[in-house]
Amino acid sequence: MLGQIDGGGQLPAELEQLLQSVDATGGAAGVAEIAAPVVAWSALVPIIVLALGALLLLTLASLLRGRIGPGFFTGWTIGVGLVSFVTAIPVWAQVQGWEQSFLWWDPADSASGPFSTLGGAMGVDGFSVLLTMLIALAVVVCALVLSGFARREGDRHVEANVLLLLSAVGGVVMVGANDLIVLFLGLETLSMAVYVLAAMNLRRVESQEAGLKYFVLGAFSSAFFLYGIAMVYGGTGSTSLVDITDFLSTNLLLGGSSVLVLLGIALMVAGFAFKIAAVPFHAWSPDVYDGAPTASVAFMASVVKVAAFAGMVRVLVVGFDTFAADWRPILQVLAVLSLVGGALLAVVQTNVKRLLAYSSISHAGFILLGVEAASEQGNRAVLVYLVAYTFMVIGSFAVVSIVGRTGDAMHSVDAYRGLGKVSPALAATFTFLLLSQAGIPFTSGFYAKFYAVVAAVDAQSAWLAVVAMLSAVVAAYLYLRLVVTMWFVAPGDQTPSRGLVIPVSTGIALVACVAVTLFIGITPDPLTKVVDKAQPVVVQPPAPVANGTGDLNVDQLLGLLGEGGAGGAGGAQTPATGGR
Amino acid sequence: MSSSLFTTVLAASGPSISFPILPALVFVYVIGAAVVAIIPAARAELHRFTAIFTAMLGAALSLWLLAAFNTSDAGFQFVSSTTWVQSLDIKFILAVDGISLFLVVLTGILFPIALFAAKPEHSEKGYYFWLTLLGAGCMGVFLSGDLFLFFLAFELTLVPLYFLIGKWGHGRRVYAANKFFLFTMAGSALMLVCIVALAVLAGAGENGGVTFDLIRIAEGHVLSETTARVLFLGFVVAFAVKVPVFPLHTWLPDAHTEAPTAGSVDLAGVLLKLGTYGFIRYGLYLFPEAAVWFAPALISLGVIGIIYGAIVAAMQKNLKRLVAYSSVSHMGFAVMGIFALNVEGLQGSIMQMINHGIITGALFILLGYLYKRRHTYEISELSGLQKVAPVFAGLFTLFMLASIGVPGLAGFVGEFLVLLGTFLAHRWWAVVAAVGVILAAIYMLWAYQRVFHGEPSEANRSFRDLKVGEVLPLVPLVALVVFIGIYPKPILERIEPSVRVLVEHIESKVPGFESPGTQNGSQLEPVAGGEGEPDTPSGEAKAPGEAIGTGGVSGASSDASSGSEGATAPVGVGS
Repeated sequence: MLGQIDGGGQLPAELEQLLQSVDATGGAAGVAEIAAPVVAWSALVPIIVLALGALLLLTLASLLRGRIGPGFFTGWTIGVGLVSFVTAIPVWAQVQGWEQSFLWWDPADSASGPFSTLGGAMGVDGFSVLLTMLIALAVVVCALVLSGFARREGDRHVEANVLLLLSAVGGVVMVGANDLIVLFLGLETLSMAVYVLAAMNLRRVESQEAGLKYFVLGAFSSAFFLYGIAMVYGGTGSTSLVDITDFLSTNLLLGGSSVLVLLGIALMVAGFAFKIAAVPFHAWSPDVYDGAPTASVAFMASVVKVAAFAGMVRVLVVGFDTFAADWRPILQVLAVLSLVGGALLAVVQTNVKRLLAYSSISHAGFILLGVEAASEQGNRAVLVYLVAYTFMVIGSFAVVSIVGRTGDAMHSVDAYRGLGKVSPALAATFTFLLLSQAGIPFTSGFYAKFYAVVAAVDAQSAWLAVVAMLSAVVAAYLYLRLVVTMWFVAPGDQTPSRGLVIPVSTGIALVACVAVTLFIGITPDPLTKVVDKAQPVVVQPPAPVANGTGDLNVDQLLGLLGEGGAGGAGGAQTPATGGR
Repeated sequence: MSSSLFTTVLAASGPSISFPILPALVFVYVIGAAVVAIIPAARAELHRFTAIFTAMLGAALSLWLLAAFNTSDAGFQFVSSTTWVQSLDIKFILAVDGISLFLVVLTGILFPIALFAAKPEHSEKGYYFWLTLLGAGCMGVFLSGDLFLFFLAFELTLVPLYFLIGKWGHGRRVYAANKFFLFTMAGSALMLVCIVALAVLAGAGENGGVTFDLIRIAEGHVLSETTARVLFLGFVVAFAVKVPVFPLHTWLPDAHTEAPTAGSVDLAGVLLKLGTYGFIRYGLYLFPEAAVWFAPALISLGVIGIIYGAIVAAMQKNLKRLVAYSSVSHMGFAVMGIFALNVEGLQGSIMQMINHGIITGALFILLGYLYKRRHTYEISELSGLQKVAPVFAGLFTLFMLASIGVPGLAGFVGEFLVLLGTFLAHRWWAVVAAVGVILAAIYMLWAYQRVFHGEPSEANRSFRDLKVGEVLPLVPLVALVVFIGIYPKPILERIEPSVRVLVEHIESKVPGFESPGTQNGSQLEPVAGGEGEPDTPSGEAKAPGEAIGTGGVSGASSDASSGSEGATAPVGVGS
């Protein structure tokens, strides 16, 4: 197909490609050999734990209805999250190798570098494992927040816990997806659960509205994304990132097929931009953040963004790095619009949840700086930002969920007037988290912004860094406004009359968020050391043991050439099938 | 007598101390702040005690540093370096040289005095917490030898002051606090980008990698002329906001006026110096070429600040605002001296920073006493205070005269040296700036006359004079003002070697630039063709240097060789 489009000029490239296909199939080109996909089960344990945990919880809850208390659900979810986190550690060790041995376990033995599993559909590299861990931890913290929230609201929150876990499964799949279809599956699993989470509050009509709005718009964006995948498939002949990168590195796309790929990239970017709420695909986010139960928003704002950015990095920076010159300008525009738009629109908000929604749009702009850089520095910036942001934002919404009080409705800025007098501990926590969002030194937010700026400057887009920092000043104003309201203004009629009760579980979550934020803010080295090892790579599927790929003789080669010339389409398809 | 005192102390402790004095100087405040934070709110008296104890400890350490400082060493001393963030080669480098030494000491001394002098009616722990943390930020800025650490400290000064003004200030405190925060943050946002760009582009690290080490970048970077100028501008904006340089000064009168007394003292005394210090350390040292290129523009802004600040000060109805605007004028001198780019100007500028810190700090303390008694700063409400409060009036007179720049008091030394340096570089600007001194006399004396002379009105008759406890904190400041005014040599001789090395650094890095200076008054003479031009048209400050001729330069360099063996010291230290 492509050979025909591109004409005879493609012959050398095709030759090379054929050679690769020979490599992959062990010299037996043309002989269909159906090999069972290699499944490295050990690497899938974190996902399986999350998925099984969700399903078991659902089963248990329906079997033992009424016989177990709400504490059990929270405990279960936290346990599942922690187990998932812990089981990801050996995978990390397997990918990275570890000099140190623990008791009887010496990780260096099994170190193998990045590898793929499920026949190349899932990649296991530092990037995916690190973000898997992050998502698992986010689930734990969100479950804590959710517990306090649901107990106050009097909800049976088993469904929410199940959805939390299921959504996390989607996120973890996205993070490791090595194939666009798998990425899409992850995206949908993630989103479906979140749509329901947004509509969970049965007593507020805004919540239903938020859920519906999110669902309708989300469905549109998924369609865009899927259409983008189709375009890419049309242009490159595969949905596997491995094959796509192989194809793009050996073929020069001209004319029609390059248009296909470009369109595909643009549509996929639109899909991602929707999920990360980048301007101009942001319109849903303030409404949804406002309407959805606050505990769900904490999850939405953290895990969904982590997964979406992970997918974005893997698809754009790793998969389509040859098209960087084409997609970088798109991301620059998105970044500038999000940074400036998010900050400016946030300033005029009078509702704290909407305000934080816009501020998270501005954060997305900062993370886009890292993606846009399309470099190792950029990936590092994205990872550092995601880690810092996850805990900042969950903590912030945890505070909001407490101040919202029963009914989850007190979210106007006025509800925070004089909070420093009434609930000093809560106000101090919120202040710290807000200062971190503003990027004040000795908070993780500072390093997050710092690395983003480093990445942008390193990628020769210093102007973008200047825009980002200036918009950060505007954003700082809005965080200041909240700080001012809490500390410098006398309590008003919407302020809680007595000190707010901080539920134990939410308190633990807040302490954890503050601790992480402060720790990274003081010494980012432990994080950056891990992050530096977590660069995303194209994970080649494990080739079946090849026999004599090295001594391919001229006759074979000529034979292959003839064959390839006869059926160009077959040649183009071979890598896709051969890889499996 | 006093110089012998200095030397005996020096001999006693010796320059080589193994105690990590600089980290101690920074961390004493951090730990103090942490202790204040830990003490429960119920034990209010302990907060004040801890804060004062911390500040006293800081003062003691800074005085010890002063005693142990090696006068003849021009390079960085007491260097301590620890890797902090490995991936970006960010180090925790602390070092001190003649340029920063006295600013450190000033910080050390002013903090306890501010605490002693301003005993607020409220006793909230947040107040003492932020005030102590502010000390850590200031020390960090002056001592840092790493761009990143510098930026952290620079930003760290922002939050405490924001809360101090916003929560414990007067009048329109929230407005003032927001304005202060946003102005400063906008400046530092640009600076952060420039710092990162510099670290990345300079390629001064291992194998041309990223480093934030000040000395390595300054000595090793090979930036193109344009890049360096753009980056320099980014730094300049941040510092100009902080100083503040006209036209970025508008936050200052608000912040000063609304801040609580201790906040005003630290703000005027120490925080404004972060900007001017930044100009010297991060402007001139890092970007010599750009500094030379921009010098005429910045000198002009300095002069505008001097005159504008003085005129606006004269128009003020609010005494605290008047002192605030006088700061704009005085800091204009400091900026002018820096960009004269010669030894005299820089020395004078540093002197001016120290003096301004002492004098304005003292004036704000006195105004704090005034406010405590009368709950107003309005000049029209006050009259005849001299009759009812002679001690208060006497102290005010002393510091006012020092502020005007009367010979024999501290203010004169700095302004004279700055004017001398500027005269060598840009003759006519010095002449214009000298008008500022006269204007200072006008606004200060006029205000003094309105507030202190005449018959006290009804409300002022019950004005209590200062108590002993209120005078005591001012005693060291009085002593310093007189001492520096009469005998500035111990200070100047510690500043000079470092400044001289800096000027030589600029000369060596900028081809064709010769510092417009002379050590010897007799070589000042004929200026051919330079007459009548307020500013050299080439913008490179070349003409006066050339006019003075080779004699002046050789004289200066021979002096330099005798003055400092450690002229090459900065190259080796800290890496």
